[in-house]
Amino acid sequence: MTPFTYERAADRPAALALGARAGAKYLGGGTNLVDLMRETIEQADVLVDVAGLSGEIEATGDGGLRIGAGVKNTAVAADRRVRDGYPLLSEAILAGASAQIRNMATVGGNLLQRTRCGYFYDDAARCNKRAPGAGCDAIEGFNRIHAILGASSACVATHPSDMAVALAALDAVVTVEGISGVRDVALVDFHRLPGDTPDIDTVLTFGELITAVTLPPEGFARRSTYRKVRDRASYAFALISVAAALDVEDGAVKDVRIALGGVAHKPWRAATAEAMLKGGPATPAAFQAAAEAELAPAHGLRDNAFKIELSRRVIADTLVKLAARQESL
Amino acid sequence: MQFVVNGDHVDVDIDPRTSLLDLLRERLHLFGSKKGCNQGACGACTVLVDGARINSCLALAVQYQGREITTIEGLGAVGALHPLQAAFVEHDGFQCGYCTPGQICSAVAMVEELKRGVPSYVSADVGAPEFALTDDEVRERMSGNLCRCGAYNGIVDAIRDTYGATDVAPTTREAA
Repeated sequence: MTPFTYERAADRPAALALGARAGAKYLGGGTNLVDLMRETIEQADVLVDVAGLSGEIEATGDGGLRIGAGVKNTAVAADRRVRDGYPLLSEAILAGASAQIRNMATVGGNLLQRTRCGYFYDDAARCNKRAPGAGCDAIEGFNRIHAILGASSACVATHPSDMAVALAALDAVVTVEGISGVRDVALVDFHRLPGDTPDIDTVLTFGELITAVTLPPEGFARRSTYRKVRDRASYAFALISVAAALDVEDGAVKDVRIALGGVAHKPWRAATAEAMLKGGPATPAAFQAAAEAELAPAHGLRDNAFKIELSRRVIADTLVKLAARQESL
Repeated sequence: MQFVVNGDHVDVDIDPRTSLLDLLRERLHLFGSKKGCNQGACGACTVLVDGARINSCLALAVQYQGREITTIEGLGAVGALHPLQAAFVEHDGFQCGYCTPGQICSAVAMVEELKRGVPSYVSADVGAPEFALTDDEVRERMSGNLCRCGAYNGIVDAIRDTYGATDVAPTTREAA
């Protein structure tokens, strides 16, 4: 780890002033950043500890929830309002990492964990994300967990957050603040596809700080679920995951949300599938067709092509089960 | 920097790069917490901060100034074992013992999470008022602590024997 100075921000204005310094990085729980700094993949001259700021979950005027960026992952998953109104979010958070890490990690930090793969950590390997222009050893290497959608010739890494996949499905909004002001960014627009600049994971500009994530009033409650497929039963990144919500009325799809994890450089909102399903019949054949359309542009590498068929099947099966659950309500 | 470690006030001058684990082991000579992977994957470094379990290897000590840290040395001692320590002995909850301090710290906090109504990924309904201490729940909630010797069955037995079965009907989450 290269040397740095540590500053605990007393409040948000102080954090923004410190965060605007050259070489500054914000520190949440540190579960990803400290690890990457130890490997010298990340460096900072100043670490600005913001974990003590924005620690509340509050109801919004329109019936939604505003989750402070400093709230711990466990606290979100265990919050009664989240469990009742947005169980999809609780389930997704609980599918991620371990209890120890969820106790440390903040909501803001979870979103800002690096999109990454094993080659990003291996400084003997070429990685455009770690060293722009160096090349990518993953594309023709061991790429079982890598991206099948939205990848580029520069990078095939995936964003590992489960929480962010649920937030993508729920139409969450990320509030960010910099010294020049506050702005809201839709969660689905917050992370970037790699293109030819895979070293840039998000749309944040230097010095900007995530202050909150806001959930709209519609949480889909019992009509939603998070399904994660991984190489072991617990504490592993997703091979693929599906956050889904389905609202069926008189046999037709009134509303549907589908977001995928483990398939792309960012949480992947399945807009093609959603558009096909909305207003149409809530049947297994329709679910299957929508899943096929969503995966039509997918591209498999040597080891990960199985994820294309796996994604199709898990999307369709998840929707079938959500439809059945509504018939039984 | 000041900390409260196992009830004792500690005042040390350390580099901000020092992990909480290295503070405990290298400066305070509390060798119970182990450095396994040093990257948050194995759980051998698990300690309690204000009662919550964390990976001390991924924590910078400076982040936890002023907090109450509890390690295995603060839970039990030779001749005065914590009930869960005694249960690990009784149920063969270890072979080499390297992961054991982390397992025990983790389990002590895990049971508190269960009492607070924190759901898990295998809970059938995250909205349920409480969750039973079933084998499935224990295995999921303890999945951040690896045991290379494979003493998992004994670990589950020790935890369930110490903290008992609850009256809540066991449920398992089904897909979708």
